[in-house]
Amino acid sequence: MTGFDLRRSLRWGSIAGAVMVFTCAVGLFEAFEDRLLVYPFLSLGHVLLLWFLPLAGYQATNEPVLEGMEAPSKGLHNVVAGLVAGLAGGIVMGVFTVVVDALDVRDVFVRLSVRLVDLLTHGWGVPGGLVLIVAVPALLGMAGGMLHLVSASARRRLILALEWALVVALLEQVFSQVLRQIRLGAVGDIIFTRRALEWWAALAVAALVALLSERARGGVGRIRGYLFAADAARRTRNSIWSALAVLAFLIVLPQLLGSLLSELLANVGLFLLMGLGLNIVVGLAGMLDLGYVAFFAVGAYTVGVLTSPISPRFDLEWSWWAALPVAILMSVVAGVLVGTPVIRMRGDYLAIVTLGFGEIVRILFLSDWLAPTFGGAQGVRNVPGIPVGVAEIRGSQPVGVLYFAFGLVLVAAWVSWALQESRLGRAWTAIREDETVAAAMGINVVRAKLNAFIVGAILAGLGGALFAAKVGSIFPSSFELLVSIIVLVVVIVGGMGNIPGVAVGAVLLIGVLGGPTQPGLLAEFAEFKLLIYGALLVFMMLRKPEGLLPSVRRSRELRGEELSQDAWLDRPSGDVEVDARLAGG
Amino acid sequence: MPGWRGAEAMLEIGGLHKSFGGVHALAGVDLRVDEGEIVSVIGPNGAGKTSFFNVVTGLYPPDGGDIMFEGRSIVGLESSEITEAGIARTFQNVRLFLNMTVLENVMVAQHCRTRAGAFRAVLRTPFLRREEAEIETRAKETLAFFGTRLVGYRFDQPALSLSYANRRRLEIARAMATRPKLLLLDEPVAGMNPRETAELTGLIRKLREERGFTVVVIEHDMRVVRDVSDRVIVLDHGVKIAEGSYDDVSSNEAVIEAYLGGS
Repeated sequence: MTGFDLRRSLRWGSIAGAVMVFTCAVGLFEAFEDRLLVYPFLSLGHVLLLWFLPLAGYQATNEPVLEGMEAPSKGLHNVVAGLVAGLAGGIVMGVFTVVVDALDVRDVFVRLSVRLVDLLTHGWGVPGGLVLIVAVPALLGMAGGMLHLVSASARRRLILALEWALVVALLEQVFSQVLRQIRLGAVGDIIFTRRALEWWAALAVAALVALLSERARGGVGRIRGYLFAADAARRTRNSIWSALAVLAFLIVLPQLLGSLLSELLANVGLFLLMGLGLNIVVGLAGMLDLGYVAFFAVGAYTVGVLTSPISPRFDLEWSWWAALPVAILMSVVAGVLVGTPVIRMRGDYLAIVTLGFGEIVRILFLSDWLAPTFGGAQGVRNVPGIPVGVAEIRGSQPVGVLYFAFGLVLVAAWVSWALQESRLGRAWTAIREDETVAAAMGINVVRAKLNAFIVGAILAGLGGALFAAKVGSIFPSSFELLVSIIVLVVVIVGGMGNIPGVAVGAVLLIGVLGGPTQPGLLAEFAEFKLLIYGALLVFMMLRKPEGLLPSVRRSRELRGEELSQDAWLDRPSGDVEVDARLAGG
Repeated sequence: MPGWRGAEAMLEIGGLHKSFGGVHALAGVDLRVDEGEIVSVIGPNGAGKTSFFNVVTGLYPPDGGDIMFEGRSIVGLESSEITEAGIARTFQNVRLFLNMTVLENVMVAQHCRTRAGAFRAVLRTPFLRREEAEIETRAKETLAFFGTRLVGYRFDQPALSLSYANRRRLEIARAMATRPKLLLLDEPVAGMNPRETAELTGLIRKLREERGFTVVVIEHDMRVVRDVSDRVIVLDHGVKIAEGSYDDVSSNEAVIEAYLGGS
C-alpha cells in the first residue's frame, strides 16, 4: 500500500472530529436537528455536523498535481486513508459523547445536554449508539477517499449535484415562492414536504445538475468571452447589452418574489449602497474606516427630524425629497468634520480613530444633551415614506422600496465607476499604492483623501435617508459599531475595489445570512449569524484575501503578459504605424 | 556646452542643513543650478546625495538653510506643491505604482496639471472627456520618448511586469509627465547593462535638448557623469567638497581622498 500516510489521515480525522465537537458545543447541531432538508431522512443539523468528513477523507490523500510530475497512483490506499480519517473523527466524536454523557458540564457548556446525547446516539443510549457515532463518520470518510477513484470531471459533477440538491432544499422558501408567483405553486407543494425536499425530488435535482453541468461550464466560458472580448469596441457594446439585460432582470425580479423576499432584497440594496460608498473609501483610497455607520446615522436622523410630524424639536413635516439635499449636505459636513482631523493618519491609526468617531456620533444621538432634538433613546418616530407621484414608498410595501433601492444603487454604482475612471480615481489608486510617491508626483494627498471620505459619506447618508423612510422610526441602537463592521465585511468578502464584487458580497451576506438586525434567507441561522460572519472572514483572509470577485485590474495581471502581447501583434498594421510615429517623437 | 551657462539661476540653495539624530546628512550645502544645465551630484555612499534630493522635493523639511526655485523660496511647501512648482524626481530604489498599468502610471502624474474634479467626473462633462483624452495622448507621447520599449501592448500592462531597466525608464517618464522645469534623477542607470546605460546617457542629453528640462543627476557611473554633465558637484559627509567640470573634479585632491577613504 504505497502512499498511505497514517499520520496525515489521523490529522485530517482529528480536524474533522474537532469540527463536529465544535458544531455540537455551540448548539448548531441541536438547533437544526429537526429542520429536514431531504424528506424523510436528512436534516440540516446532520449536514452541519457531518459535512467536513468526506472532505477530510478526500484531503487525507489529496496531492496537488504539478506539471511535469507523475500523478500519484490511485487505488485502495485512497479509500483506506479516507476510512482511517473518518474513523479517527468518529472516535473523537465517540469520546466526546461518552464524556458528555458521564459528566455534567452544562454549567459551562449549556448546549452539552442529555438531549444532545440522545440525538447523537439516535436514542440508542451510550454503549449502543457509539457504534453509530463511529461508523457513520468512518463511512463518510471512506466515501471521501473513494472520490479519488473517479475521474476529475465525474467528481466535479457529483459534488456540484450534491451542492445543488442541498441549496434547493435549504432555499425551499425562495423556490416555492417563485413557483407560486409564476402559478406553478402546485409543483412546489409536490416536491416539498414539511419545508424539506422529497428524496426523489432531491435525486432528480442532483441528476439534472450532473447532466447539465458540463454544458453550463461551456456557457460560463462563453459569457466570459463575451464580456471580456479582446476588441475594445465590441467589449463596450457587449457590456452595454449585458447591463441592459441585468436591468431588465432587476425590473422583473420583484414581481417574481413575494413581499418577504423583496424585503430581503431591499435590505441587500441598502447595504449595497453603503458598501459601494465604503468601497470608495477603503477599496479605492485605501483608508480603513471603521466608523462608517456615523454617516449612515447622520443621513437617517436628518431625514427623520425634518420629515416626522412628531419630530421632537422641529415641526417642519417636509417631504422626503426636500429633506434629501439637507441630508446629503449634513453627510458632507460630517465627512469634513470627521475627515479633516483623521486624514493625515495612516493605516491602523486611522481605523482606531474613525472607530472612535463612529461611537461618538451614536452616543451623541443617544445623549440627554441632544435629546430635545433627536429624542435620545426614544429616537424619532413616524417618519413618513417617500412620495412618488400619488403613491408613497414605505416599509410596508417592500416591492416599492426594492425598486427605489435599486435606483439608488444604480446611481451609486455609476458614481463609483465614474470616479474610478477619472483623474481622482487614479489619484486614489496611487495614494493606496504609495502615499509618499503620490505626493511627490504632485497629488495633493490630503485633498484627494478628503474627497474620498466625502463621497463615501454622501453614499452612506443616502443609505440613511432610505433607511429612515423604510423603517419609519430611528433609534440610536440601529447605528451600532456592528453595522460598520458588517458593511466592511461585505466589501472584503465581495472583492475590495470592484463594484460587482461588492454586489456579490451584499447579496451573499445580507441576502442569505442577513444584516445586523435584518433577517436573511437563512433566517434560521440568526442566532449563529455573527459566528458565521467571523468564520467566513477568517476563511477569506486565509484563502482568498482579494475577495470572491476581485477587481479586473488584478485578474488581468494574473492572466499574464503573453495574451496581450499576442493581441498587440495581431493588430492591423495601421496601428503600428501610429506607434512608430509616436516612437519617433 | 556654452550658451547654457550664464542664464538665470533656476535652483539656488544656501546653507542647507539636515540631520537625522546625530548624523549630519547635509551640513551646510550651497549650490546653484542654472536653467538648461545638466549637473551631476557625486560622492561616496552616505555623502548625503539622496538626502539632498529628499529635502529639495519636500519629503523631509530642512533643519536650516534656504531653497530658492525660480526666485521663490520652496522651504516648507508640501511635496505636491513643490512638484506643482516644477520640480520632479525619480527614486534611487525605483518606486512605481506597481499595480497600476504603465499608461496609468504616467497618466496619474499629470494630476497637478489637470483640473477635473469629482463633479465633472460623475457628470462626464465634455470638459472632462476632452481632458481625459488629452491626458492619455500626452501619456502615450511621453512614453514614446523611450522608443518602442514602453509603447503598444505595454500601455496596459501592470508596472510590476516590467523589467528592471524598463521600470527605471517608466519612472523617468512619470517624472516627465508632471511637466517639470527641473528634473532630479537619482541613479538613473543603476542596475542597467552597458548597452542600456549608453542608451540612457543619450536620453538624458535629449531630455535637455528636446524637452528643455534642466537636469540634476545623482550617479555613481563615472562614464555617465563624464558624458552628460556640464558641471559636477561632489558631496562628502554632507558638505560640498568640490565643484567644476568633470576634468577639474576628477583630478581634485580632496575628491580623490574622499573616494579612496584617506583620513
